[in-house]
Amino acid sequence: MKVAVSSTGNTIDSMMDPRFGRCGTFLIVDTETMEAQPVANMSVSAAHGAGIGAAQKVASLGVKAVISGHFGPNAHMALSGAGVDIYTVQSGTVKEAVELLKKGQLNKVSSPTVGGHFGQGRGRGGGRPR
Amino acid sequence: MNTKSLKIAVASGKGGTGKTLVAINLALSVGADQVLDCDVEEPNDHIFLKPSEIKSEPVELLVPVIDEEKCTYCRKCAEFCQYNALFVAGETAMVFNELCHSCGGCKLVCPENAITEQPRSIGEIFTGNAKGIELVYGKLNIGEAIAVPIIAAVKERSKEEGLVILDSPPGSACPVVESVMDTDYVIMVTEPTPFGLHDLEVATEVVRQLGIPLGVVVNFAGIGDRGVYEYCEKMGIPIIMEIPYDRHIAELYSRGTPFTDEMTEWKPKFKQLLERIKEELQ
Repeated sequence: MKVAVSSTGNTIDSMMDPRFGRCGTFLIVDTETMEAQPVANMSVSAAHGAGIGAAQKVASLGVKAVISGHFGPNAHMALSGAGVDIYTVQSGTVKEAVELLKKGQLNKVSSPTVGGHFGQGRGRGGGRPR
Repeated sequence: MNTKSLKIAVASGKGGTGKTLVAINLALSVGADQVLDCDVEEPNDHIFLKPSEIKSEPVELLVPVIDEEKCTYCRKCAEFCQYNALFVAGETAMVFNELCHSCGGCKLVCPENAITEQPRSIGEIFTGNAKGIELVYGKLNIGEAIAVPIIAAVKERSKEEGLVILDSPPGSACPVVESVMDTDYVIMVTEPTPFGLHDLEVATEVVRQLGIPLGVVVNFAGIGDRGVYEYCEKMGIPIIMEIPYDRHIAELYSRGTPFTDEMTEWKPKFKQLLERIKEELQ
């Protein structure tokens, strides 16, 4: 099975990035072979809709599950609609996250974990968009 | 410049510097024909002007509707959309209405003709009269992300004769560009602090890019430092008025009273301000 993990770097030993829509990179990990393929997240600098753009990217790569720290309402809606399972993990490396998934020790989420604009870096809530 | 009308926008960069204070008191002192409140996220000119006989109209945008009978989930629409308003994966196609900018591009690129457009209400505009001035203002519905279409709807009601004052939102992005575009002159209201200066510089750059002449009104004069004055001198930007940091002005503002109603000695100063702007435009 292929899973996408939001990552701060290009290798499986990179730290996981807790933001889904605005992480720098997705690592597409094959859970059988533990091979990891980095894919740049072009939504990192999107003005709006980063979560949807990121969901579009990973869904089009055929992943069955995504692992990140937090998912906003739009990302959650898009991924659920596409039938992609959503898991959260709070810290650690990409490899550790995938190992936890394989052991069935990750939380599967059925609702958004944060409000919109979480990963925008202006504090929770994002403020008035300008 | 249209010889029949004079359109003056009041902008600032930084919020809370006194755009509304200047726009309202200028409009009342010189007897403007119309005030357009373009700050559709936080309109407040009506609090000071207290218009009567207010009429409202909805503002609608066209958003895509996908016919899933025809859709082959090819993703061309989602790839085309620069605003991430469309999501297509597997056998799912979703539209995120609040992100849609109504460009209509998805409909054009759809090879299956599966996309039609439907109007969706995003806010309202209001028109009323106060003291001989027509006031037009807009309100963006809560939760909506895009203010520009409401501002455009307010500006569509702009008179083509007489004096029109536009109260712009703060900032320097799309809503400000939409507000000041096609005006004859921009009054930049700032405060003489490093914060006022920082945002004044950014907003001034935007207005200069648009090729609109501008002048600066320094509000809260007496606080802060000389940075704004030095910047204006260096850039050759005229300082066309100074309003002091004055408790009485603040108290009147807090009660929704235009300060020139009580401090009538300011009315001639605002008349001079208008004359000064007309001279700058000669």
